[in-house]
Amino acid sequence: MSIFVDENTKVIYQGLTGSQGSYYGGLNKAYGTQVVAGTHPKKAGTDVDGVPICASVAEAIDATGATATCIFIPAPGVQGAVLEAAEAGIEFIVAITEGVPAHDEAYFFNKLRADFPNTRLLGPNCPGIISPGKCNIGITAGHIAKAGGPVGIVSRSGTLTYQALYELKQKDIGVTTCVGIGGDPVPGTSFIDCLEAFEADPDTKAVMMIGEIGGSAEEEAAEFIKHHMTKPVSSYIAGVTAPPGKKMGHAGAIVSGGKGTAAAKMEALEDAGVKVGQNPTEAGELMAEIVAGL
Amino acid sequence: MDLFEYQGKQFFAQYGMPVSPGQVAFSVDEAVAVAEGLGTPVMVKAQVHTGGRGKAGGVKFAADIDAVREHATNILGLDINGHIVKRVWIEKASDIAEEYYASFTLDRSAKKHLGMLSKEGGVEIETVAEENPDAIAKIWVDPVGGLSEEATREWVAAANLPDAAVEGSVDILQKLYTAYTEGDCDLVEINPLILTPEGKVHVLDAKVTLDSNSTFRHENYEQYDESQPRDEREEAAHAKGLQYVGLDGSVGVIANGAGLAMSTVDVVNQVGGSPANFLDIGGGANADVMAGALEVINNDPAVKSIFINIFGGITRGEEVANGILEAMQRVTIDAPIVIRLDGTNADEGRAILAPNLNDKLMMEDTMLSAAEKAVELAS
Repeated sequence: MSIFVDENTKVIYQGLTGSQGSYYGGLNKAYGTQVVAGTHPKKAGTDVDGVPICASVAEAIDATGATATCIFIPAPGVQGAVLEAAEAGIEFIVAITEGVPAHDEAYFFNKLRADFPNTRLLGPNCPGIISPGKCNIGITAGHIAKAGGPVGIVSRSGTLTYQALYELKQKDIGVTTCVGIGGDPVPGTSFIDCLEAFEADPDTKAVMMIGEIGGSAEEEAAEFIKHHMTKPVSSYIAGVTAPPGKKMGHAGAIVSGGKGTAAAKMEALEDAGVKVGQNPTEAGELMAEIVAGL
Repeated sequence: MDLFEYQGKQFFAQYGMPVSPGQVAFSVDEAVAVAEGLGTPVMVKAQVHTGGRGKAGGVKFAADIDAVREHATNILGLDINGHIVKRVWIEKASDIAEEYYASFTLDRSAKKHLGMLSKEGGVEIETVAEENPDAIAKIWVDPVGGLSEEATREWVAAANLPDAAVEGSVDILQKLYTAYTEGDCDLVEINPLILTPEGKVHVLDAKVTLDSNSTFRHENYEQYDESQPRDEREEAAHAKGLQYVGLDGSVGVIANGAGLAMSTVDVVNQVGGSPANFLDIGGGANADVMAGALEVINNDPAVKSIFINIFGGITRGEEVANGILEAMQRVTIDAPIVIRLDGTNADEGRAILAPNLNDKLMMEDTMLSAAEKAVELAS
């Protein structure tokens, strides 16, 4: 099994007609993802490499029965795209776009929570989600992941997510689902959401969690692991040596007022029984040890 | 993007909040002219993107013009926590009966806006939070519903402000929330918010951080971007659109993706080295971007070796390898380069690099061994 998406997930792409959308939409389709439609208000009736374009998300759902969407709309239009998808009844929204204002993210996160509690949002500013061998939504290179299990991955960083998948593949370890939650201040899906889903997924036997400096999401995840996870977890936190007050690439990756340091996060995770590596390679090795002992 | 105090006050004034009349000055003569226009007494305040100005002697009361000249002379050029004062704000001095604190920021855990109000203002809020947490009244505002006047009144009541300050505070806090949301701010802070002996509530300081992701709907924010404190290296990288943070070491770092770049800086430290920078060239690694990145790093005299750490996801290894070789033809690089190339088509990429390897361009198999090599070359 896998979490959130599998081989039955039908996905539409908001922004499929754009350069990013058509490129990654095409790659996702080639991977085997059910890419069933794209949307564009003025290009309905056309197609992108055989994928039909509908005028709206609602029309695309009517035509295809899609339950998921992947958003490649430029930042100013993301709030509108997320709300359109939720109102049309989409259950799983993946927003890849980076550069979305934090106030927009806070707005649609709360709007979804209040009015569309059954809709899950992943991102924005995330690489997407892959259940290897079944479904790949977003910008992850599918072939760097080995299908099967027993490991689930959840990560705040794109390239480190790939690094984690690759480390495991080198060791011939399979992955049930790999979720990139993104590095923005208000991610739609949190570490805890993913940990909870992995804990409930019978095929996931262990979880690898990649965090970074800033905020307190890793500390909250550690608290959750301590009290609710029976499955072993390995982890790596990027930004051990990041200077305070400087944003390290991601809007959310900043140590401010002495809060959000890597050291505090690693300590909280170790205290929760998580095996914490000093670098991605070590975290992969720790996961290999865990898998060998399962 | 952090605003200077005077920019913050001008920003607040646009939303109808009461601030003191004043003007920014870049020289002693300008400061004197401003003070003469305003009429003394005035405050002379250093404009820097750091706290602790008062303690460092960067905020002074001037009773007359001679005092303005003296203080402006002392403050301009002053080093406050490594920030050199290049401008001072001269404003009409205010009489203070009481000092409060007010702010809005995004609570990332609650995923709501957090307002904080305290009648213990004038000191750092972290200190109040530690020593007397009950003195801070907090309110969590749902971004969908916004902040109602009723909720604002309850919040002010919870902070136990005196009756004389209630109406003025409610008015300012509502305007502050509007400024915070309409202006796409990461933070708005008034410390102190004062009550004057005449019973007026007044904004005496302003700290504003804008969300740089929101500039597409705030064209006027470009003016603030120009006044951000950046060293020469950061300025050059910023001009090329690169995500760069200057550090103090000797190993130049280039990586693709923020997480991997952070991780590369960590690993260089772990093997006993010291990174000169954080530089994320983003998902792709084409020749243009790579050449720009190498140029920025090469211009840093402290750099003794360069570590290029690339993990190809969608970007293929051969594209990365060709990009590096092409970039090296365009830019003359003084420091030796160590490359670690992994991920998609890494073998093809390594094969392209192999015939070009020498004592100026080296390749290692793993992130760790490459870091060790780069650190060795830098020492």
